[in-house]
Amino acid sequence: MHWMRARGLVAFAAVAVVVAACSSGASPSPAESQAPATQAPATQAPATQAPAESQAAAVDWKTATSAGAGGVDAVCAAAQAEGQLNVIALPPTWANYGKIIDDFAAKYGIKVVSDNPDANSQDEINAVKNLAGTGRQPDVLDLGTAVMLANTDLYAPYQPVTWGDIPDANKDPNGTWINNYAGFSAIAYDAKLGDITKVADLAKPEFKGKVALNGDPLKASAGLNGVLLAALANGGSADNIAPGVDFFRTLAESGNLLPVDPTPATVASGQTPIVIDWTYNQIGDVANLKAKGIDWKIVIPSDAPPVAAYYNAAINKDAAHPAAARCWTEYLFSDAGQNEWLKGGALPVRLAAMQTAGTADQEALAAINPPTTAPVQLTLEQTDAAKAYLTDNWKFIAIQ
Amino acid sequence: MAQATASAPGAQAAGPASRGAGSRRLRGARNYVALIPFHAYVGLFLILPTLIVTVGAFTTLEGGLTLDNVVRMFTDDTFVSAFLKSIQLAITTAIAGAIFGALLAWAVARGDPNGQLRQVVVAASGVLAQFGGVMLAFAFLATFGFNGLVTLFFTDVIRFDVLPDPSWLYSLTGLAVVYTYFQIPLMLIVFLPSLDGLRQEWYDASASLGGGAWAFWRNVGGPILAPSFLGALLLLFTNAFSAYATAAALISQGAPLITLQIANQFQSEVVLGQENVGKAIALGMIIVVSVVMAAYALIQRRASRWVR
Repeated sequence: MHWMRARGLVAFAAVAVVVAACSSGASPSPAESQAPATQAPATQAPATQAPAESQAAAVDWKTATSAGAGGVDAVCAAAQAEGQLNVIALPPTWANYGKIIDDFAAKYGIKVVSDNPDANSQDEINAVKNLAGTGRQPDVLDLGTAVMLANTDLYAPYQPVTWGDIPDANKDPNGTWINNYAGFSAIAYDAKLGDITKVADLAKPEFKGKVALNGDPLKASAGLNGVLLAALANGGSADNIAPGVDFFRTLAESGNLLPVDPTPATVASGQTPIVIDWTYNQIGDVANLKAKGIDWKIVIPSDAPPVAAYYNAAINKDAAHPAAARCWTEYLFSDAGQNEWLKGGALPVRLAAMQTAGTADQEALAAINPPTTAPVQLTLEQTDAAKAYLTDNWKFIAIQ
Repeated sequence: MAQATASAPGAQAAGPASRGAGSRRLRGARNYVALIPFHAYVGLFLILPTLIVTVGAFTTLEGGLTLDNVVRMFTDDTFVSAFLKSIQLAITTAIAGAIFGALLAWAVARGDPNGQLRQVVVAASGVLAQFGGVMLAFAFLATFGFNGLVTLFFTDVIRFDVLPDPSWLYSLTGLAVVYTYFQIPLMLIVFLPSLDGLRQEWYDASASLGGGAWAFWRNVGGPILAPSFLGALLLLFTNAFSAYATAAALISQGAPLITLQIANQFQSEVVLGQENVGKAIALGMIIVVSVVMAAYALIQRRASRWVR
């Protein structure tokens, strides 16, 4: 995805991966998977099912860094034997995860236990640590970049079979983490309020008590990027989010800004008719709301350059169901999984390759209507500066 | 099961100690065995967390000793103001809840002790005292919020704009009203037994000595009830001071209360590595609550003289 402006650290990692990728080509290189791979030619002569199966059984999925000789079928057969997958922090309306979980469970006959769907990335890490060894710890993680990079020692490196399609800037060279999908910071609103096209529209007097930001920007990245979006629309930049904070201050003073945390329930009941959030968090809710008589529109505002951020997939290295975790990862990065994200309003990381191959769901892509201008992404340094500014200045909503 | 296995080693341990020590000590040991589940419970869910919080408050994330976390609690405006707002909110709702709850309890106590009204009010209070969190916040949002039922009824149906701007719900006033909703029934539950303990004979005695209603309340009823009223007031204070879920559901921006600040330190996916600052703040809350509960215990000792 050439239009993604890489983060400082990711770009740095990318240099390393190019070197590594040149030597290994598309095939997985780590030592663990090489042992069975070298044995494979020797046993290929009697090539019946039996040796392949006995090999698959010998694989320790806890440390497997790729599907190996058996391919996706071997991982997922082992996953079926485990019978269960623990996931966390995947709201059904977030990036189509409700359907992804159902389809994965149906396809492989694996029970998916979805814990605490409304948790945030830090809660996921807390669960990995606090539930370690209980069998209830999450097997796979879906993390914001800041939290992901702060905890890389908790993940097991794994390269799905589609590894070669994923741009180098979007993955750790070993597969410790992989950018999975990106979204844009957008305004979602009830169409009966009239058209909203710009960030500036939110300040209109008729929207008093109607605007909600998804999460405290000091706590949730969706909120932080909402503030960045407002900053860009008001003359700020990724290095200067002060105009965004000022904009929200005027919204709070005019009473337009609700301090309520928007959820599908508050939207459905009309408590939060305008929400600033990720595209993929809101597009998934449209069909639901239509059934309830709400025409829910999502717009990427025209008065600011698009604001984007990737989420990241990682496998818990102490997963209770290590094969299921890897089978799930294979599914997410397969064409089927990537298209499901697309349908949920998220741009999957293999989109460019899938468009070349003609396998991307065009209708879903058209619904997102991704902007063609290069999006702004906070680098780690910019995120730190933004945090520091917010810590001192995001207090105006503090109640009297 | 857990209780049975927990008490087994205790019984063995008690055996040698009590051998040859007379039946009184044996009975003491047996009584202690019965308490083991309780002690295990208190140890796991009260003492252990307190220890973890205390140790965490004085350590860095790498494990070294530090005073920084505690110092930050006292010097960072955000935390100081959140502490003050929490205390202010707790005092306001404790007083409001105590006054209205006491009046309601008095009305109930004066009525038929076996009457239906009393049973309904007491049962409802038992439920409503626990009615908090997201449900309560959502109930108020859907009723008095900007797009709430009552708000829309006034503005759209009868077109008679007498209600104040619904933004009050998201202010300290709003939180106070919402909190009072569970404080009043809690007050009724805690205070009703004291009112029931007020005997008719005392009133008659006061009357026979020529005292009117004022003299009775001034010299007999008031002094008897004062300790339990104050005790209930402190309980209500603690109840509001430590409340989290209701405020979290109603106010998601700016974290104005101390409980919300603790959650931010642990859950933020933006500002990382603040867990031990969160523990320092939690320790601060424990100290506030300990002081209040010590006062409560003192007052209870006085109050219990009259309700034996």
